[in-house]
Amino acid sequence: MTEPGEPSIGAVDEGQGGNRGGYDATFRVWRGEASGGELQTFTVPVNEGEVVLDVIHRLQATQAGDLAVRWNCKAGKCGSCSAEVNGRPRLMCLTRMSTFAEDETVTVTPLRTFPVIRDLVTDVSYNYEKAAQIPAFTPRPRDPDGNHRMQQVDVDRPQEFRKCIECWLCQNTCHVIRDHEENKAAFAGPRFLIRLAELDMHPLDVVDRRDAAQEEFGLGYCNITKCCSEVCPEGIHLTDNGIIPLKERVVDRKYDPLTWLGSKIRRRRPD
Amino acid sequence: MELERHSYDVVVVGAGGAGLRAAIAAHEAGARTAVVCKSLLGKAHTVMAEGGIAAAMGNAYAEDDWRVHFRDTMRGGKMLNHWRMAQLHAQEAPDRVRELEDWGALFDRTPDGLISQRDFGGHRYARLAHVGDRTGLELIRTLQQRTVALGVDVYMECTVTRLLTGPAGGGGAGEEHGITGAFGYWRESGRFLAWEAPSVVLATGGIGKAWKVTSNSWEYTGDGHSLALAAGAGLVNMEFVQFHPTGMVWPPSVRGILVTESVRGDGGVLRNSAGNRFMFDYIPDFFRKETAETEDEADRWYDDKKNNRRPPELLPRDEVARAINSEVKAGRGSPHGGVFLDIASRRPAEYVRRRLPSMYHQFKELADVDITAEAMEVGPTCHYVMGGVEVDPDTAAASVPGLFAAGEVAGGMHGSNRLGGNSLSDLLVFGRRAGAAAAEHAGKRAGLVALREEALAEAARAALEPFEREGGENPYAVQSELQQTMHDLVGIIRTAPEMERALKRIAVLRERVAALSVEGHRQYNPGWHLALDLPHLLAVSECVARAALAREESRGGHTRDDFPAADPGWGRLNLVCTRTPDGAVTVTRQPLPEMPPELAEVFEEQT
Repeated sequence: MTEPGEPSIGAVDEGQGGNRGGYDATFRVWRGEASGGELQTFTVPVNEGEVVLDVIHRLQATQAGDLAVRWNCKAGKCGSCSAEVNGRPRLMCLTRMSTFAEDETVTVTPLRTFPVIRDLVTDVSYNYEKAAQIPAFTPRPRDPDGNHRMQQVDVDRPQEFRKCIECWLCQNTCHVIRDHEENKAAFAGPRFLIRLAELDMHPLDVVDRRDAAQEEFGLGYCNITKCCSEVCPEGIHLTDNGIIPLKERVVDRKYDPLTWLGSKIRRRRPD
Repeated sequence: MELERHSYDVVVVGAGGAGLRAAIAAHEAGARTAVVCKSLLGKAHTVMAEGGIAAAMGNAYAEDDWRVHFRDTMRGGKMLNHWRMAQLHAQEAPDRVRELEDWGALFDRTPDGLISQRDFGGHRYARLAHVGDRTGLELIRTLQQRTVALGVDVYMECTVTRLLTGPAGGGGAGEEHGITGAFGYWRESGRFLAWEAPSVVLATGGIGKAWKVTSNSWEYTGDGHSLALAAGAGLVNMEFVQFHPTGMVWPPSVRGILVTESVRGDGGVLRNSAGNRFMFDYIPDFFRKETAETEDEADRWYDDKKNNRRPPELLPRDEVARAINSEVKAGRGSPHGGVFLDIASRRPAEYVRRRLPSMYHQFKELADVDITAEAMEVGPTCHYVMGGVEVDPDTAAASVPGLFAAGEVAGGMHGSNRLGGNSLSDLLVFGRRAGAAAAEHAGKRAGLVALREEALAEAARAALEPFEREGGENPYAVQSELQQTMHDLVGIIRTAPEMERALKRIAVLRERVAALSVEGHRQYNPGWHLALDLPHLLAVSECVARAALAREESRGGHTRDDFPAADPGWGRLNLVCTRTPDGAVTVTRQPLPEMPPELAEVFEEQT
């Protein structure tokens, strides 16, 4: 089954460099650990059609076997390979090398908002701690025939937020906690604000999390600069479709119980 | 020795769908439960599943029921499936899907507000519960959130390298020998830890990283298969490896990444370089009665399933993958060595974007192709192993007391070929059964298992060996060679001389793995992690090659160029791989379990 042009037995794919559409790129990759580190410069061949993660893998296989990086699916579905590429929060698997000029140095650094473990791997446990604090989904009872009935139109809104692949790029870019470690205790970050919005919009859920959104998860810290929406690789409109509506519903509850009651009744589905 | 120690009733290895569902079941049964996973929680390979969860809920077609699903599953597996697993799977899948809704899953809806179900290859009725083409993400997120809500302990970025066995159950003469726990390391720090537990559930997924072109992530190194083999369990059906017919082929860096079968379920067709829908030329007799003969009939089927037969593009995956392979070999392939998958000319752009959002996104981002305007180039990619740990269907228990296996790491459910959509339902049905049975097993043995100190010291010593050696080979080079070997010699089409060559190479690679060196230190060191995964990859590769060499027929995901037909004699036999005391793999023939007459009747009914 070997096709022409495939690497011969035993070879690591070292890249094609100047041959057949490839070229040598200059990469600067942050290497180090919690106590400190520095950018290391590499010259590495790049093949046609590759993404930044391919080049990082080639560095691992040929020049730096212990270069630490997280990745899984390599197709933009799992949200593991988050890093900052030339200062922009990106998934490395979706950052095509063709978006850079061949003579442009590509700098890859770890997510800045989370403590470094090693090289490009950061300690993202903050996110898992926040996730565990969200009051769990609690459904209304099933219909007598054992099914839940929901209309697609009502499912569409929360489904947008369930596209989230938990890459933490929104958390990384949010200025409330980027460079503000002190806010982490009181602020859950955009990913979990849209989780709260999702549960609030979920047709089956019966728990009211609006007080908690404000008081425990720091909804008020967000001043809707929309940086999170800009970096979302899934194109989720975190601010417009999630955080702003949630803020409005919190305000409703605070100042106008009748409006809140009305909205609850309107949202309910006929049995 | 000094190391981090924990004690549980049930330790689940793997946090994909099967592992999380097992952990939930074990926890709900009252067991002290831990989940151990190589990646962060929520990143397991389940997240890549696209099409849906097969379950005969009857929401789209009231005629559908578990018998039809059972029949489709058995026929898709060319009747080699364990009938009892296929039966339990078909019967219980609808409840497993409904329960996901109670945990927050949001499936796409029918106009009546029920769970929508879509068409897929080999399924007689539209039966896949789905969320666009990101069903796996919905499944894993739902189970992850449920696991967290229940407070189950999760050991993230932690790899199990050994199962620990010993006296398990009360002492005395003739005492049962079984699972006593597991040993592993934290990827972050490289430090070791051990879990004492009378029950271990393997839910480690598959072995796809043994091949060069694969849809599988780095985690799929056959850990569970290999751990079970080493602990004394048997692996059944290892010769059956599913090459998904539609992986991306261009650009090279994304070669192998999955293109969901939903593209065909939703109207996409396969064409060769001459523009022909070649699948009409590859309809096997086994499926002829239920497959459309003309393009017109096939096209009418999407709207009227009663009076038309299914398009040949929706034959089971093994048939479609072989057909694509043949077209490419005959010189009728696409420019980059695949064939064309065309939905652009068949469905409106808006429909494609709504039904297949993540495919649209994937091709746009990775290949710069707009699938609403042009055809995709696709070709076969290693996707799934049907073979796995031989288990009792009702309890998912392996032959080693205290060891359970569910999901892709378990064998028997899918026979020689898995239908699309049956994986997600498999892992829910048998994940739950494994978790419950593991909790019950542990309940009878609480406090009766202990870890042997020598075993812990030996496991630690073995894990550190690659650091001790100087000047040895780089693990990446060995993995790359293994992948090329399996790709070239134990791929879609197999012959005896090629597989014999593969076995020789695997033997050489084993020596090279024993002499590897890794650079750096123990903290988050991917080279070291790969060095520890490689023995697993070699063990499963050897099992696949040995079983494939032994089975002298073609069936499902095993095609022999030198034995091109299915053989009725082989159709009554399973092959089981076990470890001999000297570390070699032996393959034994074992008759299929006999299906009871009331189930056998299902296959005599008019199709």
